[in-house]
Amino acid sequence: MQLASAVDPQMADLSNKLIYSAMVVYTLAMFAHMIEWTFGSRGAVAVRSKEQAGSLSETVAAAGRKAAKKVTVTVAGAGGGTTTLTRTAVAGEGATVVTSGRGAEEEDGPGAAGTNDKADLAGRIAVSLTVLALLLHGGGIVARGLSVSRWPWGNMYEFSCAFAFAMAGAYLVLLASRKKVRWLGLPVVVAVLLTLGIATTTLYTDSEQLVPALHSPWLAIHVSTAIFCGGAFYAAFIATLLYLGKDSFEKRVEAGLTTGPFGTSASIWRRLPAASTFDKLSYRINALVFPLWTFTIIAGAIWAEAAWGKYWEWDPKETWSFITWVAYACYLHARATAGWKGRKAAYLALAAFACWLFNYYGVNIFVTGKHSYAGI
Amino acid sequence: MSNTTTETEQPPAPDDTAAERLSTAPVESDGPTGMGAFGWARWMWRQLTSMRVALILLFLLSLAAIPGSLIPQYQNGQGQLKVEAWKAQHGTVAPIYEKLQLFDVYSSVWFSAIYILLFVSLAGCIVPRTWQFVGVLRSQPPVAPRNLTRMPVHAVWRTGADPDTVNAAAHRLLRKRGFRANLSGGSVAAEKGYLREVGNLLFHLSLFALLGGFAWASLASGTGGKLMIAGEGYSNTITQLDDFNGTRFYGNQDLDPFYLKLDGFTSAFQTKGDQIGAARQFTANVEYYAGSDESKLKKSTIEVNHPLEIGGSKVYLIGHGYAPVVTVRNGKGDVVYQGAVPFLPQDANLTSTGVVKVSDYGTGPDGTRTQMGFSGFFLPTAPLSFEGTGPVSLFPGDAEPELVLNAFAGDLGTDSGLPQNVYQLNTRKLTQLTQDGQPAKARLKPGQGWTLPDGYGSVTFEGYKQWASFNVSHRPGNAIALTGAVLAILGLIGSLFIQRRRIWVRAVALPGGGTQVELAGLARSESAKIAEELAELAVDLQDDAPASEEEDGQTAPEDGEAVPEDGEAVPENGDPAAPDDPEAEASAPAVPADQNSKE
Ligand code: HEM
Repeated sequence: MQLASAVDPQMADLSNKLIYSAMVVYTLAMFAHMIEWTFGSRGAVAVRSKEQAGSLSETVAAAGRKAAKKVTVTVAGAGGGTTTLTRTAVAGEGATVVTSGRGAEEEDGPGAAGTNDKADLAGRIAVSLTVLALLLHGGGIVARGLSVSRWPWGNMYEFSCAFAFAMAGAYLVLLASRKKVRWLGLPVVVAVLLTLGIATTTLYTDSEQLVPALHSPWLAIHVSTAIFCGGAFYAAFIATLLYLGKDSFEKRVEAGLTTGPFGTSASIWRRLPAASTFDKLSYRINALVFPLWTFTIIAGAIWAEAAWGKYWEWDPKETWSFITWVAYACYLHARATAGWKGRKAAYLALAAFACWLFNYYGVNIFVTGKHSYAGI
Repeated sequence: MSNTTTETEQPPAPDDTAAERLSTAPVESDGPTGMGAFGWARWMWRQLTSMRVALILLFLLSLAAIPGSLIPQYQNGQGQLKVEAWKAQHGTVAPIYEKLQLFDVYSSVWFSAIYILLFVSLAGCIVPRTWQFVGVLRSQPPVAPRNLTRMPVHAVWRTGADPDTVNAAAHRLLRKRGFRANLSGGSVAAEKGYLREVGNLLFHLSLFALLGGFAWASLASGTGGKLMIAGEGYSNTITQLDDFNGTRFYGNQDLDPFYLKLDGFTSAFQTKGDQIGAARQFTANVEYYAGSDESKLKKSTIEVNHPLEIGGSKVYLIGHGYAPVVTVRNGKGDVVYQGAVPFLPQDANLTSTGVVKVSDYGTGPDGTRTQMGFSGFFLPTAPLSFEGTGPVSLFPGDAEPELVLNAFAGDLGTDSGLPQNVYQLNTRKLTQLTQDGQPAKARLKPGQGWTLPDGYGSVTFEGYKQWASFNVSHRPGNAIALTGAVLAILGLIGSLFIQRRRIWVRAVALPGGGTQVELAGLARSESAKIAEELAELAVDLQDDAPASEEEDGQTAPEDGEAVPEDGEAVPENGDPAAPDDPEAEASAPAVPADQNSKE
């Protein structure tokens, strides 16, 4: 009998310490974000953010110069208002400046910090802390992989760590590409902490090699795309919730009320982007991820074919992936069906995400099937 | 989203074909038109192929799939056993569940009904859509509507350039941007993003390929099982397989002919940590030839994720265990049995149980014809003592192998002619041998023998071999399903990442001199992208049609009529069809959803 390849206990231990440290730093980032939200409510909510004001003046300056080409495109808004988009090209320099002004009803809020400088500082600290935590987190995952010389996602614990990493990473990539998504910081950090918390407490398993059914290149492909899809569905879920909240808030404002839904403070909602922005965001993410999720399921089927001789057996995990897939297809259909747009489609998106969550935790914990052979 | 009343208001109908929809999605119909059975049938068909019903059916499909994941299913691995166990536990509801086909959800009448309806709906939807789309491809992009400033996305400026020059320049620029453009009647009509529709149609069509692959597999596949001890081989025929499940087009006579022999088996297990004993590697070394030509014998290995393909079948490794080799001698010292007997694993540490049936024992100590049977355990790693635990193995590897046996004498029942389970002893006509009033029992290490009580002879545990069990599976249709799946993904990418849009440009001479340039864009949803694209085009176009000086580049025309400030001039769905035209409803989301997620 041969011995299985060994596990490096020091690396495994280092991995655990790094993950714990990352959790501590994420917690600090969470506090910083909370401070940002708290201080931000004190500053008056500006109608237009500073950045926008800045680029407006730039445009004006550019337009004032000779030989500038300038076009204003008028866009009819959903509620009947209009929005304009102005593009200015300075002849000879080739540079263009784009400014968009929006109709009042579609105003995006200025962000968590409002116009308060202290809150803004807290927000910046929170982002720096998140970056640090992500580095520790990534180190932990790499160390885990090194300790067993394989891809570090062979069981639910490892899967959850990688999933949380994908979530935080996606958020920081968006920030780095200058998208205004700092308002996502608090929900993302909370979601990451929850995932890591569950992973380190109830799902933890020691660093080990894999059972032979998991020895396959499809493991790396199937599981890593599943992790990515999970992170993205999570983000779309947050955006959908915020869409529903902000949409109710906007309706309440129209009805003359001054508080947000469920007695929440209006100041929070006012600082957030417009409902239509959230709606667009959640649709974009879901639409982007749906083909990848389709691919994940197919990769899983190919792997199952290689391992068990049948690509589809209606094993509980397979069944729930299918249910999730159909639920998201429902959502995409709903957006193209009269009478199902807007809030109803959003409820479908929530239901689809609930299916995803059940597939992720529920099936492993409550149902036994072929996917539950690795620790938990 | 805040003000939906505009939806119902009557916009001054912008003329003609510009309103043509950017999607071939089916149209909502209100109620049966015309009387009589034909009218009703047509109405029902329309309903079935509508987006609303497709949505409901999809939703039902996901709901209907749920029970199968919570209740054991016949078709799952070891389904039969699990279903029986479940039924035993839930005596009262089990018959009702059986009636409702809840143990067979995915081939039940109701589940099938849902997906068949869905696919009928899909066929009824996709065929007309494909025709319609072919029509769109064969005709030119729809001519510009009369008033471009009524379009949801537009730009206007005045220039000194000649209208024809401007139109020609616009035509050239749009072509350069990859639009299909047509210049006629003093305006340019252009369209781009046909691949979106192609992708959407391809996606839905490839769902049929997927379904076809599934159906073909369920009609023409078969699986058999075969357990082999190292050194054994078999020919793939119905008589030599342990079991076989065929289908309509792959039955007992259709088995792919080949020969397969298990040379040896290697396994490795985790030796420390909290997953101690977990399997790390299984490899079966085999020899085989396809057909009946023995000279083509080849060597290969089969591992858990690496089946071996022989002819039209794939051979999968699905289990392994130990087969103790025993020799039984009768009272006279004649060898009456010798061979390896596979024992079946009962737990993760390969505590295995099995039986040895000696049907040709001859005459017993009492002079009558008798048979003997042995039942027992094989423990690859035996504990020092069984106290408190019984005979259990501590580890799946063969670190401390032991064979534990009980002995029976009498009638095995093998002469009745009925097929018998080779892994069980029918003890009805057997008596257990005893020693000192206790059931006779022995713990043997390899090489050890056991002298049976009452002069029944002896048993020797010679050693052990490994065995492996295989699934021999013939499944056609995989290639069809896989092709369908790949096309579906490609289609989805086209459908979700590409945006179909139209741009119109019209330059007209103004009565007071000069030229007014109007640009308008229409996308399936009001996205920022179409506005940006229009702006870029306009900037480029200003090389040929510079904005007049006095306006200082200002673009908003003075006549308020052109700008829909009153919020009623433009239907919110970005589709300027008259709202009483039901087509307007199905064509685009109300919320400005950007379909173009490419960047
Ligand atoms: C068999 C189950 C079906 C599945 C899994 C499915 C899935 C999808 C998905 C994922 C999309 C989104 C892609 C996109 O937005 O372009 C879509 C779009 C679409 N589906 Fe289906 N579909 C199914 C059946 C049907 C049926 C029965 C119909 C016809 C009634 C239909 C008509 C459409 C149309 C018209 C669109 C495009 C919507 C738009 O223009 O945005 N589908 N489908």
